[in-house]
Amino acid sequence: MNDVLETLLTLVGVLVVFLLFPLLVGQTEHKVMAHMQGRVGPMYAGGFHGWAQLVADGVKFAQKEDVVPAGADRRVFQLAPAVALLPYLVVLVAIPFAPDGGVGQAIDAGIFFVLAVMGVGVLGSLMGGWASANKYSLLGGLRTAAQLLAYELPMLLAAASVAMAAGTVSLVGIVDGFEWWWLPWQLVGGVVFFTAGLAELQRPPFDAPVADSEIIFGAYTEYSGLRFALFLLAEYAGIVVLSALTAVLFLGGWHGPYADGLGWLWTLLKTGILAFGVIWLRVTYPRLREDQLQRFAWTTLIPLALAQIALTGIVKVVS
Amino acid sequence: MILAAESHGFLSPTGVEIVFLLTGLVTLGAAVITVTTRQLVHAALWLVVALGGLAVEYLLLTAEFVAWVQVLIYVGSVVVLLLFGLMLTRAPIGRSPDADSGNRWVALGVAGTAAVLLVTLVVDAFRTTWIDLDEPGGTTDLLGASVFRHWVLPFEALSVLLLAALVGAIVLSRKNGGAEAEPGAESEAGAGADSGAADRGGED
Repeated sequence: MNDVLETLLTLVGVLVVFLLFPLLVGQTEHKVMAHMQGRVGPMYAGGFHGWAQLVADGVKFAQKEDVVPAGADRRVFQLAPAVALLPYLVVLVAIPFAPDGGVGQAIDAGIFFVLAVMGVGVLGSLMGGWASANKYSLLGGLRTAAQLLAYELPMLLAAASVAMAAGTVSLVGIVDGFEWWWLPWQLVGGVVFFTAGLAELQRPPFDAPVADSEIIFGAYTEYSGLRFALFLLAEYAGIVVLSALTAVLFLGGWHGPYADGLGWLWTLLKTGILAFGVIWLRVTYPRLREDQLQRFAWTTLIPLALAQIALTGIVKVVS
Repeated sequence: MILAAESHGFLSPTGVEIVFLLTGLVTLGAAVITVTTRQLVHAALWLVVALGGLAVEYLLLTAEFVAWVQVLIYVGSVVVLLLFGLMLTRAPIGRSPDADSGNRWVALGVAGTAAVLLVTLVVDAFRTTWIDLDEPGGTTDLLGASVFRHWVLPFEALSVLLLAALVGAIVLSRKNGGAEAEPGAESEAGAGADSGAADRGGED
């Protein structure tokens, strides 16, 4: 009975994090972008920086009419947002946030689990892009697929490097084995992982699949109301997952002063800083062209990731 | 010969066994729909269900690592590549009757023969084996040790095979000669996407 209760509590905890954090990141993005660009937006609702505007936005999304285009493939079209969103919920279960069992569910092959399930999320964009019966959506879907194929490899290679360093593929094991000198040692791998992750989430500067000046909103062009909101939520959940993963794999997760009591705070802080970086990149960098995107992945990131693996191997064998 | 299930009884299935069977049925059903549906993209999506079902089966047999690799490689990459190819060439919404090669009965014969052979082989080989699911046998540790100790030669042979496939793919894609290959490939891709969009326009 106790086990059931514990599992239930874990699941509820993960669900709360899943519902809360992406909204927080979304709201932060609105506000950070607004202030960086000197256009403050709604500032009065709720008091502090107009936070209650988020609630109003949610209500607005829920009220909008849920339109399915006449020529669309109905079932695939309606299923796509769920396929895009749910993988991130599942991934959150496996990310360790505190020492000594501070994880939803410790998974033996944690890295593989996380990367595998995150890859499934892209199917949602592809389904949406194809089923919309809209050529812009189709082009967006194509670009999404091309981007995933190009950036999945450097991401996996970078993750393999840190797994080699720790001698385990379990996320919990990797954080446990972390030492401060891993930071310079795995720096290149960390940058490659984070960059490839950004591209997989289609965040600027890798947002050619949703380039508004070329293909409106890519695979999500025909979506409205709640289903559109789900796609947006998937993007923000993706930011949370990517930042948390990078923090856990390359920045030492819960390691820091007073880690025994404040471990969760360190994880949260590192994740938050990385998420801020993701937002910052969006306002700072122009969008890469489609051919630049592909060239960057195949000629820059993959060689860098391979070099990082070689370096990890050499250090591992020598020491 | 003592059959494996005799010592444990044939008629007292545990929860895991029941789930295993049900998942197997779902997987089989999805696979059958994959090859019989007349909607190309739906076939690819049903393939996701079939491959995912297989991953669940691995998981139920405690082969965790294999399960995640199955999802990562097949669902995450192979199906995405398939969908990419379909969307790049032609992927009309609705039925595509011309996608039938007319080899229905031959294909059924080959599939049936292969299935009978494989099922006979597997049943014959493993009917005395009993996997105890309480002690995990598919952890990354155990799997890595057996791949790189017992099976290292087949593993290397497979990697040579993959290398050959890779080289072959490069040779095929450079058919028109080195200098022209890249712009040629690009314009072809562009034309493919356009005709795909035109097909869909026709559907509307």
